[in-house]
Amino acid sequence: MSDIAKSAPKLSDRGAFGVSGTGDTSGYGGLVLKGVQVGSSERPFGTYFDEVLDDLERAYPSFSDAIEKVIVDRGELTLHVKSSRLLEVALILRDELKFEMCMGVSGAHYPSEMGRELHALYPLLSLTRNQRIRLEVSVSDSSPHIPSLVEIWASNNWQERETYDMFGIIFDNHPALTRIMMPDDWPGHPQRKDYPLGGIPVEYKGATIPPPNERRSYR
Amino acid sequence: MTSFNTFNTFNTSNQNSDPYASVRETTEGRVYSVTGGDWDDLVTEIGATQEERVVVNMGPQHPSTHGVLRLILELEGETVTEVRCGIGYLHTGIEKNIEYRNWTQGVTFVTRMDYLAPFFNEAAYCLAVEKLLGITDQIPERASIIRVMLMEFNRISSHLVALGTGALELGALSPMIFAFRERELILNVYEMITGLRMNSAYIRPGGIAMDLPEDSIPKLREIVKELRTNLKDTEKLLVGNTIWMKRTVGVAYLDLPGCISLGVTGPVLRSTGLPWDLRKTQPYCGYENYDFDVVTADSCDVYGRFLIRIYEMEQSLRIIEQALDKLKPGPVMVADKKIAWPAQLALSGDGLGNSLDHIREIMGSSMESLIHHFKLVTEGFRVPAGQAYATVESPRGELGAQVISDGGTKPYRVHFRDPSFNNLQATSAMCEGSLIADVVAAVASIDPVMGGVDR
Amino acid sequence: MGIEEKLPSGFLLTSVEKLAGYMRKNSLWPATFGLACCAIEMMAAGAGRYDLARFGMEVFRASPRQADLMIVAGRVSNKMAPVLRQIYDQMAEPKWVIAMGACASSGGMFNNYAIVQGVDHVVPVDIYLPGCPPRPEMLMDAILKLHEQIGNEKLGINREMIVREVEAAALAALPTHQMKGLLA
Repeated sequence: MSDIAKSAPKLSDRGAFGVSGTGDTSGYGGLVLKGVQVGSSERPFGTYFDEVLDDLERAYPSFSDAIEKVIVDRGELTLHVKSSRLLEVALILRDELKFEMCMGVSGAHYPSEMGRELHALYPLLSLTRNQRIRLEVSVSDSSPHIPSLVEIWASNNWQERETYDMFGIIFDNHPALTRIMMPDDWPGHPQRKDYPLGGIPVEYKGATIPPPNERRSYR
Repeated sequence: MTSFNTFNTFNTSNQNSDPYASVRETTEGRVYSVTGGDWDDLVTEIGATQEERVVVNMGPQHPSTHGVLRLILELEGETVTEVRCGIGYLHTGIEKNIEYRNWTQGVTFVTRMDYLAPFFNEAAYCLAVEKLLGITDQIPERASIIRVMLMEFNRISSHLVALGTGALELGALSPMIFAFRERELILNVYEMITGLRMNSAYIRPGGIAMDLPEDSIPKLREIVKELRTNLKDTEKLLVGNTIWMKRTVGVAYLDLPGCISLGVTGPVLRSTGLPWDLRKTQPYCGYENYDFDVVTADSCDVYGRFLIRIYEMEQSLRIIEQALDKLKPGPVMVADKKIAWPAQLALSGDGLGNSLDHIREIMGSSMESLIHHFKLVTEGFRVPAGQAYATVESPRGELGAQVISDGGTKPYRVHFRDPSFNNLQATSAMCEGSLIADVVAAVASIDPVMGGVDR
Repeated sequence: MGIEEKLPSGFLLTSVEKLAGYMRKNSLWPATFGLACCAIEMMAAGAGRYDLARFGMEVFRASPRQADLMIVAGRVSNKMAPVLRQIYDQMAEPKWVIAMGACASSGGMFNNYAIVQGVDHVVPVDIYLPGCPPRPEMLMDAILKLHEQIGNEKLGINREMIVREVEAAALAALPTHQMKGLLA
């Protein structure tokens, strides 16, 4: 089997320890590898997620344009939102659906997804209804602009600065988008996948151990 | 305290080329940098000019800024007109480093983020990984109970450090000694159970690393009793103390709309009166089976937050006693052998190592155990692709772990929503308009741990 | 002090060395440079159970200008390194540095872009203390070893001789990657 075929997870791989296709040494199949979900989940979603989506549709009639995908996985609801409509969706989620707190921005870099490399994840929390959902926005490397949500949830101020610092996502209309973790004149965005870990080899008597990103390791 | 760096935008002509008082032109006018020098001279010169804007740097190395936090204060006399926080002095790149390690090795990294509450970091990470693995309801009950017990002990020790160092920063030196004395009792507990006083990678995905030692439960009960009486000492020193109350009542006011918009959780949010505690509202690890109260205060100030921390310690002791009663013999790791950490360590003649029973089993009787041990320790288990966000109520607020997996043995992306990071943003809202001394009290009441802020 | 520069090497200089060493080691004042987890263990070493006050060291001077000893406790990030150097420069001679913990000694478990791989890239270190974090007793052991070192420090012309010898030995020494270790 070619390397690429071996490493892509197939929809019903059985057997642990990463061997696919043929049986592995201890294959009584405890772990089933789920394939990566590409399309939207279908209704009914379960628990309170249906309620949230119904409320959203009622409050925001054009929501089907703004929301690219709805994924319900492992008990969590993720709404993939278009970055141009993010502000409207966020405002409605805060005001109509009472998601008062945004727990911050996580960035993620998927260099293999052409055109949608940089993702920003916003977990939202509703105190009044005790609900959690997540918003996900994808932008491309060449134009990594996402509207800033600082006016809606003020807690995103530093979080967006950190995501800019670590990934290079530029948040439009942020009051002061500067580096926060790295020194102010640091080049590059460290947590991107194309940025090296930057370790140095460690010397022992007569041997060196390479830094973690250069060692031989499993996938 | 490091040198005072004072930037003065006034024009004086009697500044010659002085290595300790340099001058440079900027877009804001002429800026003078003073490092050391006579404060009286400076003050007389400032007094002589009309416009004054003194920016003082409470630099990263400071006894009262609770860690490597840089506070940039704009002062008018003793009143603070603007305060900004400079962070990042402890940025360790932990999140990127985890992407090159196993899922289990991630625990050792994650534990060092918020170093005063290591078990909470581990728990949040492990809950997220277990969510991704889909084994959340297969975690044995004994493991959950021990996790709860360790987390509550950790809550007490973290609050003790908060109280001790908060009091130290405000000038009260004895509470710190008392608090650290209590903390030694709890560190003895950690050492007995996990082997290390701090930063033990004990809570692992699937359960916990090892079971409690055999004779530990009576010792734990004794320690709980001792803590109950000793915590009263710290309480008596500060609660109702006139000087303490004068320093803390009415200081750093942040009411409920302020807290919610700034995303502040934890004791600061509970000091506004809202009883939001994730252990009650979104329970994890079996917290719904324990009987405890959520402590709130109404005053939204430093004194209220301090009282909340003291009473939360008492509630934690209640939870620990209930946990000790609930403990029943059983496994401490998930039953699925493809995930469960295999080794059982024991102390033998040549130090700590794999217990002889385990070695007998893997070398003598069970080939599968040998294979599992080998594969799990060298390669690690694989986690199905997807993402999960798990939260715990850490002593500072809501600690969330966002974990993304691509199906391999190494995490694809781990991001922690650290409560101190968000809570520290509230410093400006709390402190502008107050005195410099109140800034110190405000930061002490937020109780940020810079390891978690900077990660 | 000045007096040790003028004395020739001999009994008088040795006595002055012993006296100066005894004085310096018995009242060493640490500067607060607690950064991360090791700082908590340092605080625990200064608190009631593991008492640093028995060595006269419980007063952690906040101002480096009044301190003799800088215990770098914790991981030093690239952003913090210039601050570390500035604090070290602000200390008055004689000064000593203990690198407490694995992260201060060598970068520890964080071999990456953000952490200085060993604080000896920034300041000269006298004692390296391993551990993650080192127990308060280990810190006290390091401090006691430093006390011994300080007590035996040579002054004046003796010191110049020693420095020259140490430098010559270091230049002639076998580099680490040519050592063979136990497998040779």
